[in-house]
Amino acid sequence: MSEKILTVDRLTMRFGGIVAVNELSFAAERRQITALIGPNGAGKTTVFNCITGFYKPTSGAIRLVHDDGAVFALERLGDFRISKQAKVARTFQNIRLFPGMTALENLMVAQHNALMRASGLTFLGLIGAPSWREAERRAIDLATVWLKRVGLLDRADEAAGNLPYGDQRRLEIARAMCTEPALLCLDEPAAGLNARESGALSDLLLAIRSDCGTSVLLIEHDMSVVMEISDHVVVMDYGVKIAEGTPQHVRDDPKVIAAYLGADEEEAIAVMESGS
Amino acid sequence: MDYFAQQLINGLVLGSIYGLIAIGYTMVYGIVGMINFAHGDIFMIGGFIALISFLVLVSFGLTAVPLILLIVLLVAMAITALYGWTVERIAYRPLRHSFRLAPMLSAIGMSFILTNFSQVAQGARVKPVPPIITGGYTLHEGASGFNVQLSNIQIIVVATTVVLLALFTWLVSRTRLGRDMRACEQDQTMAALLGVDVDRTISFTFVIGAALAAVAGMMYLLYYGLVDFFMGFVAGIKAFTAAVLGGIGSLPGAMLGGLLIGLIETFWSAYFSVEYKDVAAFSILIVVLIFLPTGLLGRPEVEKV
Amino acid sequence: MSAPSSAPLPAPSHSQNTSGIATSGIAFILKKAVISAFVALVLFSLMIGVRTEAGPEGHLIYWTRFGELAAIVAIVFGGSIIIELLRQWIGPSGAGRLVPPWLQDAADLIGRWLAPALLVFAILIPVIFYDQRYILDLSILVLTYVMLGWGLNVVVGLAGLLDLGYVAFYAVGAYSYALLATNFGLSFWICLPLAGILAAFWGVLLGFPVLRLRGDYLAIVTLAFGEIIRLVLINWQDLTGGPNGITGIPRPTFFGIPLSNDDDGLAAKLGIEFSPTHRVVFLFYLILALALLTNWVTIRLRRLPIGRAWEALREDEVACRALGINITTTKLTAFATGAMFGGFAGAFFATRQGFISPESFTFHESALVLAIVVLGGMGSQLGVVLAAIAMIGGFELFRGLDQYRMLVFGFAMVLLMIWRPRGLVGHRAPTVFLEKNQAISSDLVKEGHG
Repeated sequence: MSEKILTVDRLTMRFGGIVAVNELSFAAERRQITALIGPNGAGKTTVFNCITGFYKPTSGAIRLVHDDGAVFALERLGDFRISKQAKVARTFQNIRLFPGMTALENLMVAQHNALMRASGLTFLGLIGAPSWREAERRAIDLATVWLKRVGLLDRADEAAGNLPYGDQRRLEIARAMCTEPALLCLDEPAAGLNARESGALSDLLLAIRSDCGTSVLLIEHDMSVVMEISDHVVVMDYGVKIAEGTPQHVRDDPKVIAAYLGADEEEAIAVMESGS
Repeated sequence: MDYFAQQLINGLVLGSIYGLIAIGYTMVYGIVGMINFAHGDIFMIGGFIALISFLVLVSFGLTAVPLILLIVLLVAMAITALYGWTVERIAYRPLRHSFRLAPMLSAIGMSFILTNFSQVAQGARVKPVPPIITGGYTLHEGASGFNVQLSNIQIIVVATTVVLLALFTWLVSRTRLGRDMRACEQDQTMAALLGVDVDRTISFTFVIGAALAAVAGMMYLLYYGLVDFFMGFVAGIKAFTAAVLGGIGSLPGAMLGGLLIGLIETFWSAYFSVEYKDVAAFSILIVVLIFLPTGLLGRPEVEKV
Repeated sequence: MSAPSSAPLPAPSHSQNTSGIATSGIAFILKKAVISAFVALVLFSLMIGVRTEAGPEGHLIYWTRFGELAAIVAIVFGGSIIIELLRQWIGPSGAGRLVPPWLQDAADLIGRWLAPALLVFAILIPVIFYDQRYILDLSILVLTYVMLGWGLNVVVGLAGLLDLGYVAFYAVGAYSYALLATNFGLSFWICLPLAGILAAFWGVLLGFPVLRLRGDYLAIVTLAFGEIIRLVLINWQDLTGGPNGITGIPRPTFFGIPLSNDDDGLAAKLGIEFSPTHRVVFLFYLILALALLTNWVTIRLRRLPIGRAWEALREDEVACRALGINITTTKLTAFATGAMFGGFAGAFFATRQGFISPESFTFHESALVLAIVVLGGMGSQLGVVLAAIAMIGGFELFRGLDQYRMLVFGFAMVLLMIWRPRGLVGHRAPTVFLEKNQAISSDLVKEGHG
């Protein structure tokens, strides 16, 4: 069994004449947290969209290997199958919950495929078969477990669109976890959170790694979060990888500092300060 | 070949009428993002007003046909434009920031109102008019006795369409009003912040759309020699189909779509069956949209993830 | 108005106050009324002031009606003053929307008991109004639209897919039953499921090309589809009888026993006196049962993964894909389910009328059913019932107005939309809950892009 859960090999994504990602290669270790960082416009979200099937890469390969050795070529596996078969879950930079449904309903939708099987493609469910009722109860239990873990149990019956911003971020992570993923991809989960909230987020992500055995791939601008929880950091700029290694290693890399300084002074300072 | 050429002429004329109506749909869609279901009925009203003003002018003893036509055109455009303005004011403006289906339903209601209004006001029977413009040219005398004809009325329809399109393109691309319209299309809030009077601009859009529909109504009257209260529905659906086929929101697309629908209908009637001409037009719309989900000239929708 | 110099007023409230003064004076109201009257004068000058008609020799003649024109303009002038006064009396539109909590509670209470009360009332209608054929017929009509509304609600209200051609499935169901019954002599009870299946099949057929379409592209394609079906029904004369339609469609039987005056009719078998009302009552309970079946299935489906996926699709299609939900099958099942209910309703329509023609399946029907769904409050089952009663019942109330009926109907549609753009029932009930079942305001609920 490979220790690498995800291998990205010379991934290239072009939009018309613009090369958003150019021959990018990196790997994510199993049961580790890998962070993808870089200045704005470096192509991080594009990489995410390629991994999760929202974009078809121009060229390159993306391999995902499950614990049981099953291999998936994500660049060929389109759309919903990446979540359904390859078990890759994701969150979005600008939260995409189902705002008119309750927090609990959001987590039930996430278990769609498992529940669909249990409901005998709806027919068993329609007649209210006991096996379906049992499956539904288990699904509610799983949702309850995750609501508890993200601290939203008491808001389970509220509309997701009514929750405060920080709660929505955590609910989106809980929803992704309810698909029982092998790889969890988080697109800027700490964006817009205050210091206390992003601290709680770090704890949640560490717990997900240690308790669930889920590998995590994350894009993040909040360097305190990245430095605190990442096992491995990949730095991108202008669509190419400029550095990779442990948080310590990356932080001291002059190329990384230059990239951040060149792009955005504040971020560069944040990188340097978070280490000291 | 002669037969083909004749159908080509007929199709282009019909397409010009559809195109004029389609522009109204596409403009309104572009600026407020709603289907103005009442637009077909605005076209019908335009036809009626042209008919009535024509009758009145003739009974006043006016005999100079070009003068009559010019006055009828202006009167029809002016009054129909006011219909467009009123419809927007009553049925759409209160629902400007409401959710998408409410203005659509209100538009359908408005369409019922206009249809029924003209039925009540002018009676349900078809109104025929004697041919106003006669004569034409024989372009080609076929060997088998089939002549390719180009009638004066066809020339007038196409010429009016071209002139109005030129005027309209100038309006949208060169004037302050056109710039305001394009700004509102992009971002209404931002346009308002920059001093564009959004309400007024939207009103103008409806006014211009209605005026063009009035021209189409008058052309229809001249070309087919009749109007009835129900003609707005079918013509409206066809023109809307044309707008979507061309890519809704795109002005050249609306004209292109109109011409295509006109040609498809004419050729299908000529070579296959008259009964199924509308089925053909609708089917081609569906087939085009399968391959080009945003129409021929529509901007592809970029999915932001 | 003098602002204290020490504490400058914030600009917005200042301008609001001044505009408040400007919009309340008598002069303002009169000015507005004069403008309205002038607009009306121009609008109606030719359309009402001049009446055209084809004369005896085929030439158009016209005569003037300046009296009517003056009356209309006067009505607009007066109406404008009244509306403006009412507007000032009610206050700014924003304030009117705030519902006091006690009213909300009362509405909740009524809402809880309304559905069961309506159901009991519906069951008792044939008992109470046994002698009033008109009311029975009207009730059957309302129930037919309730059923159609519930069917379309699956597509529009739950899955958020705008369907302007729903009448096509109604037509498919009606013609399926009519053709199967008249050509092969199949009974209603065999044809009913077949009509549903055929309609569902057509639903899938429509679903495939529109999978990638969004919003108004979807709207026009469904509309075109409805028109195609209608035009084919008109023109395929060998099969459908063309514009003349199909006559002599068998009436429904009480599970094989005809409801007729014969010796083997139901009345004779039960030993009671025959009455044509029996059939009407039977039809009433038939459509009530069909509608309740639709409702029951829809409520169940909402609590199943497929129903949740429909609603999730309406909320956010991209998120659905990220959660591994197959968008294609989800959309197709929504189309098929909605179409199937439409097909059932169509079969019922055919057996009730005994005669069908393409005239019954115009765009107006689609618009009416869509109006019922939207006015009811998207996705609300109870809302559909209330809206169907309001629309169909209201339409019947104005029967006396005869030719002005559609005019009134159109105005009602516009005013209702302006009054309640979110529909009569303005909230969504969750499908599952842990602690307490609290309704979600429909301001949060998305309406779908499809």
